[in-house]
Amino acid sequence: MRVAQRIEQVPGTIGLKTLEGLAYLGSLAELAGRSVYITFVGPFKGKPLRPQRAIHQGMAVGVEAIPIVSMITMLFGLILALQMAHELKKFGMLQLVPEAVIVSTLRELGPLITAIVVIGRSGSAFAAEIGTKKVTEEVDALRTMAFDPVGFLVAPKFLAMIVMLPALTIWANLMGAVGGSIFGVLGAGFTFQSYLRATLDAVVLSDVFTGLTKSVVFAIVITAVGCREGFGTGAGAEEVGRSTTSAVVTSIFMVVLVDMIFTTIFYMTSGAKG
Amino acid sequence: MPEAERPIAAISVENLRVSYGTREILHGISFEVLKGETLVILGGSGSGKSTLLRTMVGLQRPTSGEVYINGTATSRLSERDMDVIRMKMGMSFQAGALFGSMTVGENVALPLREHTRLEESTIEIMVRIKLGQVGLSKFQDFMPSELSGGMKKRAAVARALAMDPEILFFDEPSAGLDPIVAAGLDQLILNLKKAYSISIVVVTHELASAFLIADRMVLVDRGHIIATGTVEELQASTHPRVRQFLDRVPEAEVAEELDSLEILTGDREKE
Repeated sequence: MRVAQRIEQVPGTIGLKTLEGLAYLGSLAELAGRSVYITFVGPFKGKPLRPQRAIHQGMAVGVEAIPIVSMITMLFGLILALQMAHELKKFGMLQLVPEAVIVSTLRELGPLITAIVVIGRSGSAFAAEIGTKKVTEEVDALRTMAFDPVGFLVAPKFLAMIVMLPALTIWANLMGAVGGSIFGVLGAGFTFQSYLRATLDAVVLSDVFTGLTKSVVFAIVITAVGCREGFGTGAGAEEVGRSTTSAVVTSIFMVVLVDMIFTTIFYMTSGAKG
Repeated sequence: MPEAERPIAAISVENLRVSYGTREILHGISFEVLKGETLVILGGSGSGKSTLLRTMVGLQRPTSGEVYINGTATSRLSERDMDVIRMKMGMSFQAGALFGSMTVGENVALPLREHTRLEESTIEIMVRIKLGQVGLSKFQDFMPSELSGGMKKRAAVARALAMDPEILFFDEPSAGLDPIVAAGLDQLILNLKKAYSISIVVVTHELASAFLIADRMVLVDRGHIIATGTVEELQASTHPRVRQFLDRVPEAEVAEELDSLEILTGDREKE
């Protein structure tokens, strides 16, 4: 009897989880939408923007991430070059390593790895900051002082992230190429100049465009999830830890999901390219 | 004193019911806060007084009933409309709720910077005045983490006073403070009463503070108001729960032998 009851509950659970998931996406969209309104429409309606907070966030999200992003993506460029070389060697085509590295980096790994590093640094920080503010009643204090917590806490983060993540990605792409050049010079008979030359020759505008488009969407997702989890923090310090973890995990999942969607779209719209 | 003047209510609460999910916390509360008076909302833990305070300032929506602030019904206002009313209110939270990333001075200046078009120099002067009123003039550039508990609460009061509100709310002003510091905070509230004709609502369970600062008191117990009146009226009350609260009588212990047996061997309540 118990087993039958358990099986009966499954459709209900699926339905509930689906609705909860959709509600979650809705709350993300609400945060993103309100932030866009406050940032871009508000100023024309007499509510000027104070860039101070966004600039401060931008420093934390972007500028302070440069060292770690540089290191990681440079190493990844090297890893990528080694893996590509592993296959290309069989065909005696090591001269294609620069092209293979830069195209994969620009289209995929640059945006994705940068996004994951930023999730670890800033996605968690957003959730922890807003979560702690919720626990210490600072969010309530904002409301009683006639401030909009979203405008105060979330919109600056959105603006900062949308500017900084693509910028970081561009830098990361460069570092990836540099990383690949290490292998190119040491293991494939290139000189630094010839490797860079080969890299630049292989770059097509659509590679750059698709990668940067992804990074803008990643920026929106990371900020929305981080802030949403922060606001959803319950009472107590444990809750802050839980919501921070959830922010990172959910962000990574959604970023990869979005990545898959966009990669598929770009593949299907790339036409009959060789 | 002019006879025909009926005192106006700064806040009027009518049949307020508030629930968290399916659990009803306040079961139809009604009372008034007259203009210029200090009302203390007394109650034990779990009585619903914090919920009452949150509903009065618009952080919580009631399930039924109404809160009138200066004549305006607030329970169904949008957040933006409520913000207009909040401009004339100030609230001091239990732990201060100061913004940790700003100095004390910046905390107090924040509402002035965002809501007014005053010059920076004017704001600076106003910040110093407010901090002076709470006795924190030398602490303008301190970060909240560098302050003691009592100082944080004073800073929170200064911030609540920044926009010269008509109504001040205090959530447990003496909580966690030693008697001397708590007495200092009581004195601060008394000074504010004398200096401004401001309506003050204080939620607390500290009897000594309550008797000192209150014009009138309201005793909340398990979501109901069980007593309203002046300090003398409440102290003369014969209502058993009121007496238990005022005389600090603990809840009755289990004395029956059979009850002890039940506790030791009966089913656990929360499965």
